[in-house]
Amino acid sequence: MSQTYRLNGKGRIDRSQPLTFTYDGKAYTGYRGDTLASALLANGVKLVGRSFKYHRPRGIMTAGSEEPNALVQLGEGNRTEPNTRATMVELFDGLSASSQNCWPSVKFDLQSINQKFAKLFPAGFYYKTFMFPASWWEPVYEKIIRNAAGLGKSPMERDPDSYAQKFAHCDVLIVGGGPAGLAAALAAGRTGARVILADEQNELGGSLLSDDAQIDGKLALEWVAESLAELEALEDVTVLRRTTVSGYYDYNYLTALERVTDHLGPQDDDSTPRQRFWKIRAKRVVLAQGAIERPLVFADNDRPGIMLASALRTYINRFGVLPGREIVVFTNNDTAYKTALDAKAAGARDVTVVDLRDDPKGALVKAAEDAGIRVFKGYAVVATTGKHAVNACEIAKLGDDNRTIVSDTTALPCDIMAHSNGWNPTVHLWSQARGKLNWDEAQQCFVPGFAGPWKPVSAGSGNGAFALKDCLSQGYATGAAAAKAAGFGSGDVPATPATDDIEYGAMRMVWTVPGKKPLGHGKAKHFHDHQNDVVASDIHLAAREGYISVEHLKRYTTTGMGTDQGKTSNVNALAIMAEIRNAAIPEVGTTTFRPPYTPVTFGAITGQNRNELFLQKRTTPMHKAHLDAGAVFEDVGDWKRPWYFPKGKETMDEAVMRECRQVRESVGMLDASTLGKIDIQGKDSAEFLNWIYTNKWDNLKPGRARYGLMLNEHGMVFDDGVTTRLADDHFHMTTTTGGAARVLGWLEEWSQTEWPKMDVYFTSVTEQWAVCTITGPKSRALLSELTSLDLDPETFPFMAMQEGTVAGAPARVYRISFTGDLAYEINVPARYGLHVWNALREAGRKHDLCLYGTETMHVLRAEKGFIIVGQDTDGTVTPMDLGMNWIVSKKKDDFLGRRSFARSDTAREGRKQLVGLLTQDPNFVLPEGAHVVEDVKPKPPMKTLGHVTSSYYSPNVGRSIALALVANGHNRKGDTLSVPLMSGRVEKVTITDTVFFDKEGTRTNG
Amino acid sequence: MFLVKCPWCGWREQTEFSYGGEAHIARPTGTDEISDQEWGDYIYSRKNTKGVHAERWVHTQGCGRWFNAVRHTVTDVMWDSYKMGEDAPNPPKDWDGLSSRDELEPSEGK
Repeated sequence: MSQTYRLNGKGRIDRSQPLTFTYDGKAYTGYRGDTLASALLANGVKLVGRSFKYHRPRGIMTAGSEEPNALVQLGEGNRTEPNTRATMVELFDGLSASSQNCWPSVKFDLQSINQKFAKLFPAGFYYKTFMFPASWWEPVYEKIIRNAAGLGKSPMERDPDSYAQKFAHCDVLIVGGGPAGLAAALAAGRTGARVILADEQNELGGSLLSDDAQIDGKLALEWVAESLAELEALEDVTVLRRTTVSGYYDYNYLTALERVTDHLGPQDDDSTPRQRFWKIRAKRVVLAQGAIERPLVFADNDRPGIMLASALRTYINRFGVLPGREIVVFTNNDTAYKTALDAKAAGARDVTVVDLRDDPKGALVKAAEDAGIRVFKGYAVVATTGKHAVNACEIAKLGDDNRTIVSDTTALPCDIMAHSNGWNPTVHLWSQARGKLNWDEAQQCFVPGFAGPWKPVSAGSGNGAFALKDCLSQGYATGAAAAKAAGFGSGDVPATPATDDIEYGAMRMVWTVPGKKPLGHGKAKHFHDHQNDVVASDIHLAAREGYISVEHLKRYTTTGMGTDQGKTSNVNALAIMAEIRNAAIPEVGTTTFRPPYTPVTFGAITGQNRNELFLQKRTTPMHKAHLDAGAVFEDVGDWKRPWYFPKGKETMDEAVMRECRQVRESVGMLDASTLGKIDIQGKDSAEFLNWIYTNKWDNLKPGRARYGLMLNEHGMVFDDGVTTRLADDHFHMTTTTGGAARVLGWLEEWSQTEWPKMDVYFTSVTEQWAVCTITGPKSRALLSELTSLDLDPETFPFMAMQEGTVAGAPARVYRISFTGDLAYEINVPARYGLHVWNALREAGRKHDLCLYGTETMHVLRAEKGFIIVGQDTDGTVTPMDLGMNWIVSKKKDDFLGRRSFARSDTAREGRKQLVGLLTQDPNFVLPEGAHVVEDVKPKPPMKTLGHVTSSYYSPNVGRSIALALVANGHNRKGDTLSVPLMSGRVEKVTITDTVFFDKEGTRTNG
Repeated sequence: MFLVKCPWCGWREQTEFSYGGEAHIARPTGTDEISDQEWGDYIYSRKNTKGVHAERWVHTQGCGRWFNAVRHTVTDVMWDSYKMGEDAPNPPKDWDGLSSRDELEPSEGK
């Protein structure tokens, strides 16, 4: 087929650039400037998909982004994209697309059996049908629904394209490049304001692209071209084509999707992004998005070949396609007559207008009759026929009550039907910006009302001002006003040029056009929401069942909940509900429009933030050595920490067991650089720490270290660490790796907000210090080879710090231990980290040094019952619950969290307390998170006493060990309890204290 | 996403800041003497204001300073911010949160 329906010499397509494309595997041709929809219509393809619920044949209903029907699967493989609107896909050479939601083919779709059982699929079908038993939901119902529903298919491979984000600031953002938007841009741009004009089409002009209107006695498109030339010459004006403003957020923050290369097809070179996501902060916003035509809700109004009147006019005038020969235009207003006239002028064999109004008086009606177009007045289309496309409609005289037909029906053969029920201003962004909507009784549509805090202004059709002269004058006025409000220009409004507007007659509102049988009887369906397959009788059902509020109506019937956001359906649904309730439309109200206005690709939202740029990676100065040593890494916060260092073909378990043994037998080395480190200075530092920690700090001598617990005001532990006094007014605090930023924020908050007069300052030095921790009986011998420091325990005791050199580097060496063995934490400036690590490693050979990672660190600390905040605590644990009463000062008047200890729940007996657990089977390692119970029942629920927080196999103890939070645990030592597991196994456990190894603590001194 | 005015840095994107809850809640002194109820109020009880709200913010991704601000909770329009220890700059009694201080008092709000 070769574009049989293309009109000679008409349209804005570029005939010098023919393009080939395939649809459902068949090859077609079109031209540059076509959309997929216009090219398909030019080739006589009307059936493009199956509907969501009933799998009815569907065609192209609109010519814009409001399209609910013609959703196609675009491209293949890793570039396939579901649910693209054929009306918005620009044709490129080699484009391939396929229909969705049909199997095995769009013409023969097995699930179209659904329409035979339509009675079984009313509104609320899922809610009613898939109710019992509840346990069937996930395994059975969800699978059925997921298979049957859904539209296109997501790609299963990585997206090969690149995307970008762009942040922009402007004085005036203008959304929509039709007559109003262009006029606004001219008025604002001439003041020197920074202006962004965004339009979703490939060329600016909006409705004028489909129209033969005149401005200043010339074709309006000439005015568009001149305006555009002027705008593009202005340095501070940015014109964005193919850019849909999708979201309007607080303080005039708007997001927009620019389709940069989509119209060119897949690009080999990804240096230009496929799409660009704009984040625009505007001082003022002008909304000039135009209006969307409203469909008539009549019997079987969804057959392929039935489209909006404005869409047909666009295909004729903008794309040079007359998709049929015999055309029926069904309308309640004058604007559709322009479509009839243009179809006639384009050479349609037969054009008939079916007008709901008994006596339409507009000038266009007369023009149509003069042109030889048949006009049926006071008639309604009451039925349509045609299997894969409309082939006829039946009309009848409509009664005065709007609900009955008062004549026999007459059949009108047709291959295209166009219809119009008036126009809805595009108020989505206005509403997103918290603007209110008013009901315009005369024009029967919602228009922008009260503007809300961000004060956008609306112009043109989007403001309910449909005449071209009003679009222009409002555009100039709002553009000038917005620029002035942003600090540019005097607010003077340019003169509006002359236009050739025609007076329109009044409309006749028939929100549900009666069919041959009463609504809900017979097979005919009155669709108001084509995308979600919702029909007028569903609204009646919802009302009967009590879902009369607009929010209930929406959810119960799914009206407006498709990817089209109900652009063509919402107002019709509200109006039908208003009729049922005998209420005024504004009384029914509107649902809230939410972003995005049209779907936005996830890739564009992500932009550059993927792969390496998705999440920052933090590595220590010794990272290279870890890589060379074959470390397996673990993510701790953003840090990459060595988890364990396997040798040869060791498994993780084997490596960890070896590391655990070797540390306690000779010496091990851990990279502890990630530990949070905060430098605290100021003469009130000690007093400040007295407030922050539970124990006393003013009596700590310089050169000595102390362990501290930090509580929130609820009295619950939220971080711990060792802090060392370097001088009277100088401390070095360590925090957990994951808690470093939180602790710094906590210190800053209290010092700035509660005790601003205290002389104390905090600096994060986490990344300034590299830390090699060596621990084990031979650690002193190892360190002594590389340092000038006197390591004699008398002069360098446990919990002391000395400054000196290690391997030639300046160092602070802390004698603190997280393993319970003799240990030195060697802190050197980060740039020496790798050198000192390597030097220790080299010197460690003869001491049988072993590198160990975080897993071994965890096992070793658990052997000693040392807690990990966040693992053995969870924000509900006090120091007393941990059995750490010793660290809570009785001498201090107050510290953060202290008062909460006296609150009834914190002070009560029987709280969950940290204990050790020994399993009956010494080789069995309990899963962390498992529950501890007294009485085992055959299945849950069982009363839980608490849960396992840490659990490992300890080679040094020679059995499994575990820590757990157990109710009243401190008083239950020696008791036997049970741990029932998912597998059905029940492990008996004995409660012990939390120290499993070296209970006397003698190893700390080596 | 709204804008927040840091008293030191000026108006910046909200993503640079962290919210710190209701402002002007001093930590009680003599905590041993106060009742559980009073302590509980200090920890847990906060206004849930519809309208003008004094609240704490911190410029986390900026200068790191804590400050207070007056915001209208219906519209999220921030009237103004002020340094810790300063009195709140009260908007007019009938302020509806629809206009900024800049619009209503061009010489005051900067």
